[in-house]
Amino acid sequence: GPLLERRLMDVRLGELPLWVTTRDFSPQALLGGAQRAWNSYYNKYINVKKGGPAGVSMLLAGYCLLSYAWNYQHIKHYRWRKYH
Amino acid sequence: MLSRLVLRAVPAALRSLPPPVTVGVLHATRPLHTSQQHLAPLPPLPEKGGEVRYGLIPEEFFQFLYPKTGVTGPYMLGTGLILYFLSKEIYVVNHETVAAACILAVIIYGVKKFGPDVAAFADKLNEEKLAKAQAVKNESIEGLEAAIEQEKKEQWRVEGRSYLFDAKRNNVAMLLEANYRERLLTVYNEVKKRLDYQVAMQNLKRQKEQDHMIQWVEKTVVQSITPQQQKESIAKCILDLKALSKSAQ
Repeated sequence: GPLLERRLMDVRLGELPLWVTTRDFSPQALLGGAQRAWNSYYNKYINVKKGGPAGVSMLLAGYCLLSYAWNYQHIKHYRWRKYH
Repeated sequence: MLSRLVLRAVPAALRSLPPPVTVGVLHATRPLHTSQQHLAPLPPLPEKGGEVRYGLIPEEFFQFLYPKTGVTGPYMLGTGLILYFLSKEIYVVNHETVAAACILAVIIYGVKKFGPDVAAFADKLNEEKLAKAQAVKNESIEGLEAAIEQEKKEQWRVEGRSYLFDAKRNNVAMLLEANYRERLLTVYNEVKKRLDYQVAMQNLKRQKEQDHMIQWVEKTVVQSITPQQQKESIAKCILDLKALSKSAQ
C-alpha cells in the first residue's frame, strides 16, 4: 500500500529514510505513539490472567540498560585497561 | 506471577510518576470504548502473556532469527555480544557488577521458590472477586426468572377469568331466584290469610243463623204448648209406657 499508512515492520530497508520523513513528530503524535507502545506491551505481557515474572522483569532490564547507557561517560573512568 | 501483584500495585505506583507520564499511562490501563460506544461485554483477558525465554528475551526474537541461523543462532549472537562488550570494556566490571550478581541470584532464588505460592494466592483473590460478581449476576438472573414464572402464572390465571364470571353470574341468578321465591311465598301466605278470613266469616254467619233459628223454633214450640196439651200429652205418655211394659213382659 501507500508509504504513509505502513507500519515500521512493513517498511523495506531502502524506503526507510523516506518513511521517516513522512512521520508526524509533533508532541501529541509522539505522546500518542508512546501510549500505543505502552498499551501493546501492557496488554501482551502484563494484562493477562496468568502472567509470569517476564512482564515486569523485561521493564526492569530495560531500566538497567538505559541507566547504564546514561551513566556510561562516568563509568568509562573505571575501566581496567586503557587500550583495548 | 509478579505481573499479578503489579496489576494491583500499578495504579498506586503510577501516581508517583511525573504527571504527564501518569496521565498518559493511567488512561492506558485498558483500551475501553476507544471507538464508538459499545454495549456488548468486553472480551475476556488472554490466559497467558507473550512467550518470553529466560524471563528477558521475547520468543519472537528467536523466531525472527530461526530461518537464517537455526536454533543456536540467538545464543551465538548473545555469547558474541557479551564477549565483545567485556573485551572492549563497553561493559565495565566494577563493584556494581558484584552487587548486580548477588541481587540477581537472590531474585531468581525467590522467584523460583515462592513463585507458585504467590501465584496461587493471587489467583485465589481473583477467583473470589469473580465469584462475587458471578453470584450477583446469578442472583439477579434467578430473581428475574422467578418474576417470569410469576408472570406466566398470572397469565394462566387470566385464562380462568371466564369461569370466575360464570360462577359470579350463577351466584347472582341464585340470589334473584331465592328472592323471587321468598316473595312468592309471602304473597301466597297473605292471600291465604285473606281467604281464610272470608271462609271463617261465612262459617260464623251460618252458625249464628243456625243457632238463632233453633233457638227461635224452640221458643215458639215451647210457647205454643198450652197447659191443656201438656196434660193430654203426659196422660198419653203414661198409657204408652204401660203398653210398652206389658209388651216387654
